[in-house]
Amino acid sequence: MSGSTPGTRRPDGATLVVAVILAVLAVVIWTDAARLPQAGGYAGVGPADVPRWIAVGLAGLSLWSAIEAFRSGKSEREPQNAGPVLWIVGGLAAQLALLTTVGFSIATGLLFAATARAFGKRNLLLTVPVGIAFALAVYLIFAGLLKLSLPAGPLEGLVWGLFRGTPG
Amino acid sequence: MNTFDFLLQGLSVALDPMILLYALIGVTLGTAVGVLPGIGPALTVALLLPVTYGLDPAGSLIMFAGIYYGGMYGGSTTSILLNTPGESASIVTALEGNKMARAGRGGPALATAAIGSFIAGLAATVLLAFVAPTVVKLALVFGPRDYFALMVLAFVTVSSAFGESARKGLISLFIGLALALVGIDQLTGQARLAYGVPQLLDGIEVTTLAVAMFAVGEALFVAGQRNAVDDEVIAVKGSVWMTARDWARSWKPWLRGTIIGFPIGAMPAGGADIATFLSYATEKKMSKHPEEFGNGAIEGVAGPEAANNASAAGTLVPLLTLGLPTTATAAIMLAGFQQFGLQPGPLLFATNPQLVWGLIASLLIANFMLLVLNLPLIGLWVRLLTIPRPWLYAGILVFATLGTIGANPSPVELSMLLIFGVMGYGMRLYGYPIAPVVVGLILGPMAEQQLRRALSISQGDLTTLVGSPVSATLLALSAIALIVPLILRARGKGAVLNQLASDED
Repeated sequence: MSGSTPGTRRPDGATLVVAVILAVLAVVIWTDAARLPQAGGYAGVGPADVPRWIAVGLAGLSLWSAIEAFRSGKSEREPQNAGPVLWIVGGLAAQLALLTTVGFSIATGLLFAATARAFGKRNLLLTVPVGIAFALAVYLIFAGLLKLSLPAGPLEGLVWGLFRGTPG
Repeated sequence: MNTFDFLLQGLSVALDPMILLYALIGVTLGTAVGVLPGIGPALTVALLLPVTYGLDPAGSLIMFAGIYYGGMYGGSTTSILLNTPGESASIVTALEGNKMARAGRGGPALATAAIGSFIAGLAATVLLAFVAPTVVKLALVFGPRDYFALMVLAFVTVSSAFGESARKGLISLFIGLALALVGIDQLTGQARLAYGVPQLLDGIEVTTLAVAMFAVGEALFVAGQRNAVDDEVIAVKGSVWMTARDWARSWKPWLRGTIIGFPIGAMPAGGADIATFLSYATEKKMSKHPEEFGNGAIEGVAGPEAANNASAAGTLVPLLTLGLPTTATAAIMLAGFQQFGLQPGPLLFATNPQLVWGLIASLLIANFMLLVLNLPLIGLWVRLLTIPRPWLYAGILVFATLGTIGANPSPVELSMLLIFGVMGYGMRLYGYPIAPVVVGLILGPMAEQQLRRALSISQGDLTTLVGSPVSATLLALSAIALIVPLILRARGKGAVLNQLASDED
């Protein structure tokens, strides 16, 4: 609320986008609530009512944001580097896609290397093996000692084979 | 039995060698992770939750409480030596502590922070032990409408009372409440917003959301910054011991910090940040050397650090006695209880006194362990600060995904981690607070349940919500906490509220 005169500046794009997202969310929740059977019982408030109130709240906040976007005008923000952000998102996506097929260590090693690259360690020939070794050590500690169930792949199978044949 | 008997009984649980070992592992891990730059207590407990999956409830919760306290100690080291507070509650510590470190007085700054944390932690934990039974008695007369009103108050204080803008805080809260709707309705068994995906029927895991928003979101945000320069770690020169003058100037701030911190933590009134800020302001006002403030006044480290830890213990009062988390960290701790099917609240004191009192007694012991870990061994933790960023964040993301995979190795869960991580990045970028999302997610279903129970009792009469003195008072307080800051901001007095912003806990 900087007290600017309305109409002299362009609306703030980010706040407008937030308003749109909130409106969409409100509609999604409202339509989902509409298909629920109304079983209010004694309370008169069933499973669909609280979602409706939250949807109304979201719609109200959406409106508030839209007004705010026009009132406060465009605000300056520090520009962001897209490259590193995409590397991390890509690393997470790769881990997600590969986890069940190649196992925890290799998939997580790739995430490790992608993150290291985002922060400036560009040599993937170094970071991928380091990452896989690190993830394998983490795997052995958590799956072996702390009995966490982590997806195993060929590499984990090999290591367990060297120890005893079967995990655990 | 009175509190003393219960506490002695708890000590007999906590002094079991295995339990002592769990507590030691917890405080060590908590300190180690808490010291890492950019990691606050909320993320520390979320990242380390999987470590406790394999243990029995008592061992796991005690280790977990150790992690919580350890994370609080570790955060102060980071802010003194690095000037990038790992947690919002340490921002004030960084103000004076970093100046002291630059002037070559890093040792005494760390010492006054550690001893202050110790004294405050000890006093506040004892206070917790004495206050808890009274609150439990009070809680037994609370009906559903009173609980609902209490939760509404927590919603308002966490989201909109402090911080940059009420609109942004409320948006974060409602996103959390919307996410909380996903899954099976607890009262009627109806599936809401699940769209036939079996993993969604269980609802959205608090830990997945917290790790995604705090760890993944933070990593993306730091990676995206253009002019990122590594902050310089200031070496600790000279003795870590305090001089007689340092002691003389520290002991009063420690006590005042404790007195300020504990009630603020115990009330549903936002996190430790407010306590540290108030303590700093008090010390500045009462100091005989006000000119030193801003240039490394030891009181400005001693008071806020004590307030910080006292309020961390205070947060456990509503969490243990009412099952009400008032910070993001407490929300994750509640998730830690729930993984064993334990619901903190008055009933837990009756059905599982061994566990509750063992936990409280362990906290006392954890404080002694932390004092030893943080004074003589400080050099070890300082070395952790020098881990280069690429390895640090790569490691953080490995552990972030490890927790999610370990809890539920499904692509759906990992996709949620990715989506919420990107969402956390966006929210951080545009200044939307994250804590209200986490608190909304865990408190949303509880508030809905209490509301519907209250309305069942009154057969749908809405006036029942203000029908008891307790609920009417709490709802009135909520309304004040919502409206007064709006007026203050509209009159351009929002700067103070802004400084009290609660980023993380």
